[in-house]
Amino acid sequence: MEIVEPTNVYAYKLITKKDYFAPGHRACQGCAEALAVRLVAKALGRNVIVASATGCMEIISSPWPFTSWRVPWIHVAFENAAAVASGVEAGMKVLMRKGKVPKKKITFLAMAGDGGTSDIGVQALSGALERGHDFVYICYDNEAYMNTGIQRSSSTPYGASTTTSPAGKVIPGQMTWKKNMPEIAAAHSIPYVATACPSYPIDLVEKVKKAAKIKGPAYIHMLSVCPTGWRLPPELSIKAGRLAVETGVFPLYEVDHGRYRFTEKVEKLRPVEEYLKIQGRFRHLSEEMRDTIQKRVVEEYKKLVKKVQMTQGD
Amino acid sequence: MGKRIGLEVSLSAAEAVKMANVDCIAAYPITPQTHIVEHLSELVNNGELDAEFIPVESEHSAMSVSAGVSAVGARAFTCTSSQGLSLMNEIVHIVASMRLPIVMILANRSMSGPISIWNDHTDVMSIRDCGWIQVFANNGQEVFDNVLFAYRVAESQKVMLPLIINIDGFILTHVIEPVEFWEKEQVKQYLPDFKPVYTMHPDRPVTMGGVGMPYVFSEAKVAQDEPLIQSKAEIITAWKELGDVVGRYYKPVETYRMEDAETLFVTQGSFGETVSLVVDALRNEGESVGLVMDRLWRPFPFDEFREATSQAKNLIVIDRAISYGGQGGPLAIDIRSALYKGENQPNITNFICGLAGRDVTINDFKNIYHRAMEKIKENPMEEDFEYYGVRGK
Ligand SMILES: Cc1ncc(C[n+]2csc(CCOP(=O)(O)OP(=O)(O)O)c2C)c(N)n1
Ligand code: SF4
Ligand SMILES: [Mg+2]
Repeated sequence: MEIVEPTNVYAYKLITKKDYFAPGHRACQGCAEALAVRLVAKALGRNVIVASATGCMEIISSPWPFTSWRVPWIHVAFENAAAVASGVEAGMKVLMRKGKVPKKKITFLAMAGDGGTSDIGVQALSGALERGHDFVYICYDNEAYMNTGIQRSSSTPYGASTTTSPAGKVIPGQMTWKKNMPEIAAAHSIPYVATACPSYPIDLVEKVKKAAKIKGPAYIHMLSVCPTGWRLPPELSIKAGRLAVETGVFPLYEVDHGRYRFTEKVEKLRPVEEYLKIQGRFRHLSEEMRDTIQKRVVEEYKKLVKKVQMTQGD
Repeated sequence: MGKRIGLEVSLSAAEAVKMANVDCIAAYPITPQTHIVEHLSELVNNGELDAEFIPVESEHSAMSVSAGVSAVGARAFTCTSSQGLSLMNEIVHIVASMRLPIVMILANRSMSGPISIWNDHTDVMSIRDCGWIQVFANNGQEVFDNVLFAYRVAESQKVMLPLIINIDGFILTHVIEPVEFWEKEQVKQYLPDFKPVYTMHPDRPVTMGGVGMPYVFSEAKVAQDEPLIQSKAEIITAWKELGDVVGRYYKPVETYRMEDAETLFVTQGSFGETVSLVVDALRNEGESVGLVMDRLWRPFPFDEFREATSQAKNLIVIDRAISYGGQGGPLAIDIRSALYKGENQPNITNFICGLAGRDVTINDFKNIYHRAMEKIKENPMEEDFEYYGVRGK
């Protein structure tokens, strides 16, 4: 994605033209996860150290001897991005305290996919949030283990067909509901939690900047459309992200020191069907299942509205 | 000379970590390692050690945090035992490949199951091939000295590899022994600051831990094994200079009462101290016996072993671990391959004993000695092994 010219004129302070996540990486066409990574890198600038989990974004960006990273970047394993970032942060803190490295503001970023976050990495993440490291954790949620070939995760939505939750004759795809990871993060009472999506780049960049600025742990849950895994034409990636927000499937909000606030208000939710029908992974869904999903989306959305009202965030 | 005090080995180990001025300690409790981390957290919380103590939620994270710490150029320490080591196994391998000079004390404990908190070497043997430098300590003083040695070797730009100090759980960790501390000056003289080749810093971006495609993977692995093999030279120098500074000299392979010894015990870890008494007793009884203690486990000191055993007729290799379905214990397997086609080819007998803390007394070792002599008479070429002291066998 290129930033449109008027953005450079009117909103040049919002998104820099500089890239720290270089082009030429090996992501699929239309990969919104790579787009999100690029926007995050823009938002954070050069004073950052990134700890990445194994997953699509790791393999597409670091095939030795090449790298897409113009900022320091480390990958150790799949489930431990939060722990590696904890070490990076703690190590840097003590080196600066002892005068071995000059003092300066560095953002410590941990990044992982939905599998690396809500399944295998949830323990390391919870530990790092609880210990209160000053870092930003971003979960790039493409709703399955894409790197290994589209297997289901606990973040895969109900009904979706994946290679380990196939749409079978008896069991029609994923039969569990998506784990609510931002809520799990928020339950740690950390200073900042937000959802974001690269279909809303300005909102995304603002949240990432805010997360970096806040002292203590911040968690951002990034819906990242994956045309390959979602069975979607690559040119619809951005649209799918917008529909996720407009239908209420993936509301954009933040929890700033416990106060909930919608950052992208949707006056009237569009029917979920608009979102489902453009994706091959939902092709097999019956009317009944579609209704069930619609009901659930509205219910969850209402819960969120209540939280916003209760915490008087807006 | 530094002060000499009686202290539980775990506590003196922690004091050595303090002397090494580590920057971060990430660890998770497990018996019998706990006293080390407990004492370190005390030192940090009392302001005696300026370091970050990171009470991680698992050993997997302990090693992962240490990876991050080391990658930014800070000095990392962790310690664990058996199940904790297993849980961090994945990252243990990775940090070696990333050349991160983390130092870990492994308070050796048997691997479950059945679950047991007691000592043997099944934990360390399960990661024999993880790419770390691995040493064994015989006593508290060795543990102390080897902590400072560990950072010196691991962080050497010629080496840049993580290092494990094996200490027998309970048998060493929980006993009180006199330990001579180092003077601050001696530490300064011996252990330079950590100056890694690359660190993670925005002023000089590097990518660490990229994907190793097949066209580069083998080269990367050889580039990892070579410095490990070559580290032996650095290890020998570092031990020699340690002696020059504090007066205690260590070697990859230590020997005891070798004069004309026909039969040699071969041990690892704290068994060495017991067997040295056995050797004394057997010598008094007129037996021609000596002792070879393996201190350096990886890189394996092939030359030193060949030399130490060059005059021996018989070896009695004592293993404290099982290599299931294999030909004897891990130490015996390596020694057999070290001596295969060598100029001197002693009879090698192998006894596995002392599993999960079972006492192996002086009398037991005497029995082992006599049993070995019998075995050798029965069939000098036999290359099997025996479990010693197992009921119903
Ligand atoms: C301990 C471990 N288990 C399994 C794997 C295999 N694996 C690598 S990436 C991956 C899935 C990644 O999924 P996710 O975190 O959602 O990231 P994505 O690729 O979808 O961006 C899996 C299962 C691994 N590398 N390590
Ligand atoms: S599989 Fe999906 S997430 Fe992975 S690179 Fe391709 S489009 Fe992006
Ligand atoms: Mg995923």
